[in-house]
Amino acid sequence: MSELLGLRSVSVRLPPNADRPYALENVSLSLGRNEILCVVGESGSGKSMAASAVMQLLPANVTIDAGEILLEGRNLCAFSDAEMRQVRGARIAMIFQEPMTSLNPLLTIGDQIGEMFRIHTGLGRDEIHARVQDLLKEVRIPDPERAAAAFPHELSGGQRQRAMIAMALALDPSVLIADEPTTALDVTTQAQILALIRDLQKRKGTAVLFITHDFGVVAEIADRVAVMQHGRLVEEGRTEEVLKAPKHPYTRQLIAAVPPLKAPPPRPISPETILGIENVSKTYASGGFLGRGRRVTKAVDGVTLSLPKGATLGIVGESGSGKSTLARCLVRLIEPDAGAIRLAGRDLVGLSREEMRAARRHIQMVFQDPFGSLNPRRTAGQLVAQGMIVNGTPKAAALNRAKALFEMVGLDAASTERYPHEFSGGQRQRIGLARALALEPDVLVADEPVSALDVSVQAQVLRLLAELRQRLGLSLVFITHDLRVAAQVCDLVAVMKDGVVVEQGPVGAVFGSPRHAYTQALVAAIPGRDFALAD
Amino acid sequence: MTTLRLFLRSPAAIVGLVLFLIVLAMAASAGWLFPKDPLSLAGRPLIWPFQNPRFPLGTDNSGRDIAAQIFHGARYSLLIGLVATVIAIGIGILIGAIAGYYGGWTDNILMRVTEAFQTLPNFLLLLMLVAVFGSTITTVTIAIGIVSWPAPARLTRAEFLSLREREFVQAGRTLGLKDARLIFGEILPNALPPVIVYASIVMAVAILLESALAFLKLSDPNIASWGNLIGLGRDVLRVQWYVSAIPGVAILLTVLAVSLVGQGLNDALNPRLKGR
Repeated sequence: MSELLGLRSVSVRLPPNADRPYALENVSLSLGRNEILCVVGESGSGKSMAASAVMQLLPANVTIDAGEILLEGRNLCAFSDAEMRQVRGARIAMIFQEPMTSLNPLLTIGDQIGEMFRIHTGLGRDEIHARVQDLLKEVRIPDPERAAAAFPHELSGGQRQRAMIAMALALDPSVLIADEPTTALDVTTQAQILALIRDLQKRKGTAVLFITHDFGVVAEIADRVAVMQHGRLVEEGRTEEVLKAPKHPYTRQLIAAVPPLKAPPPRPISPETILGIENVSKTYASGGFLGRGRRVTKAVDGVTLSLPKGATLGIVGESGSGKSTLARCLVRLIEPDAGAIRLAGRDLVGLSREEMRAARRHIQMVFQDPFGSLNPRRTAGQLVAQGMIVNGTPKAAALNRAKALFEMVGLDAASTERYPHEFSGGQRQRIGLARALALEPDVLVADEPVSALDVSVQAQVLRLLAELRQRLGLSLVFITHDLRVAAQVCDLVAVMKDGVVVEQGPVGAVFGSPRHAYTQALVAAIPGRDFALAD
Repeated sequence: MTTLRLFLRSPAAIVGLVLFLIVLAMAASAGWLFPKDPLSLAGRPLIWPFQNPRFPLGTDNSGRDIAAQIFHGARYSLLIGLVATVIAIGIGILIGAIAGYYGGWTDNILMRVTEAFQTLPNFLLLLMLVAVFGSTITTVTIAIGIVSWPAPARLTRAEFLSLREREFVQAGRTLGLKDARLIFGEILPNALPPVIVYASIVMAVAILLESALAFLKLSDPNIASWGNLIGLGRDVLRVQWYVSAIPGVAILLTVLAVSLVGQGLNDALNPRLKGR
C-alpha cells in the first residue's frame, strides 16, 4: 500500500485550562491511495481534532506540539498559510456533519460549487457551469439544473450533503476528509450517502478519511479502521479483523455496547391497558393570508395505539414522521386537535388546565437533550425536588427524597448540591430520569432519551431504564429513531411515517419480518446490519 | 465569582469601575465636604476656577460654589439614573416576559404598544410628560423611566422567545408548574444577563435625558443637578464657558463609567467570550 497521507507521532496541545493537556497524543496514522480509513471514537476522543490538524485549521490556542503530517511525503506543518490554501480544497477536501451550516444561505448551490473553480482555476463561465452540472450529476442529485439554481434551504438534508460532496470533489482532491457526514441524516438517507461515498471513492480512487462514532457505519464503509480514546490511538487494523476480533479492551467494550438488532425473547404482556391513544391528530397550518396559499401539515394523523400496563411501546420513525409531536400530545405539551388520550381510563384531552396540572404527575416525560432539559441555574437536587414541591411535598422532605432518587438512578447522593454543567451527558440524563420518577408516574414518555449520548453511555442508561422498569413496574412510551435501541428496549413497536402509523406489533415480529414496505426500507437501511447480526 | 474574575480581567471595565466609584464617593461625601446648601450664594459671581482657594472650581453667574454643586449633583444624577433605570427595566421585563412567553395575540398587542412608544422620539415624549405633570424631581425621574422601557422590553421578549422553547421549560410544564413560576422562576434568571448589561445603557441615557431637560430649564429648578448648572451656564457660554464645561465633563465621565462597566459586564456574562 502506498501512503498518501500520513500522521507521524502527532501531538496536539490544548490550552492550559482544558480538561486534559493533549487533544492528540502521539498519534500515527497512514492513509493509502484508494482506501477508506475510518477513525472511530466517542465524543472527546480527538477524532475531529485529527481532521482539523491535517487541514491546519486548529482552533486558536491549540497547537501541533510534535510530529509531522505528510501529504505525499511533504510535511504540511511546515507549510505557510499561502501554501496551505493551495492544499485545502484542491488536494485535501472536507465535508462536515451539518451541510446547512457549511453552506452559505445567500448563494445558490451552483454558485457555491462554481466558486471552487473561480478560486483555484482560470476557467470561463460556461466551462464552470458545465463542470458544476457534471459534478451534480455525479453525486446523483435529482434534476441537477434545478438544484444548481436552488438555495441551500430549498434542498433536503440528503441533497445538501450531496451538494457538499460535489463541492468537495470539484477539484479532484487526492484526499477527502469526511467528519461525521451522515450523523445528522435519517437512516435511509444515510444509507444512500454512504453508498455514494463508497461508489465515488471506487470510481475516482480518492482516499477517504472517514470520521464517525458509529460502528454500524464503520462496518458499512471502511477498508481499515482506527479506534481512538482520549486522544490516543488504541487499535488499528483491517475492518473485518477489528470488528470480528478486537484486541484492545476499549474496542471490545465499544463494539459490545452497540445494541444488536435482534430483539430479546418477548416478555409476557399484561392484558390491562394503562394508556390508550385513540385517533389522535395534530395539524399545523402555516402561512397564507385569508385562507389563500395556506400550507397544512398533518404532523399526527389519526394515530391509535395502546400501551399495556408494565410494557414498553416503542414509536420509531425518521425525522418529520410526527413521533415527537405525538409524544408531546401525550403529556399535552401540545394540544391535540382531535382524539382521546386515556390514562387509566380517564381522557386527558378533555381536562381543564387546572385538572391537567394535577393529572400530570401520573404521566411524566424524559427529554432528548441532556443539556437543554435541565435549567442551568438550579442545582440538581432542586431540579429533582421541584415537581414534588409543586405537588405539595414539604421542601425538606422533597430534597431528602431527591437524594434517594439520585441513588436509585446511580448517582452520588452528595452531588445534589451541584449544578447541571458539572455533570456529564449521561449523568444529566440520569438527573432527567430522576426528575420524572420523582412524582411516581404510572406512565413515562421518553423522547429519544439516549440519542444524544455516546454508545457506551447509551448502553448504561438503557440498562438503568430496563432495571427501573422491572423494579417500579413502569409503563413506558419510548420514542426513538434508532431501530437497534428500539429492538432492545421495547415490547411493542409502532412505525410512523408522515404522521401515520404504518405498522405495529411485537418488536420481534415487526423487525424480524416487516410487512410494510417502509418498515422493510428502514430495516434494510440500518448501517452494518450484517455485522450486528453475526455478533 | 468567575464572573467577577472575568470582569476584572478587562482593563476598560476596571477604568469604568474606578470612575464609577469616584462618582459614588463624590455623592457620598457631598454632605460632609459641602455641608451648606449648594444653591445658596457663596461669593462673588463668575470667579474662574483655581483663582480663589475657597472656590476651587469657581462660582457660577449667581455666585454659587460650582464644586459644591458638582458634588451634590452627583447624588441627583446617580439617583435619577438609578431609579429611572429600575422603573424602565421593571416595566420592560414585565411586558417583554409576558409578550415573549404567551406569544400570539398577547404578544401582538403588547408589541404594538411598545412600537407606539418607540416611534415617538423619546425626548419629545419626555417633554410632553413633564409639560403635563410638572417638573419636580419625582415626576422627571418617573417620566424618564416611562420613556425608556421599550428597548429592554424587546430584549427580554427576544430572550423569552428562544428560551420558552427549551426543553427545561417544557420539563417544568410537565411537572405541573404554574405559568408565573415558569416565567419568573425558570426562564427569567436565564434571560437576565443581557438585560442587566443593557441596564447600564439605560442608566447612561437617563442621566443624559435629565441633563438635556435641565439644559432647556425644564427639570426641577430646586435641585443642584449637573444639568441645571449647564442650563445656567448657557447664558454666559461664550465668555465664562467653564460654568457649563465643568458639569459637562462630570456627566461625560459618569456616562463613560457606566458604559464601561456595562461593557465589562457584557464580556463577563457572555458565555461565548469565556475562556478567550
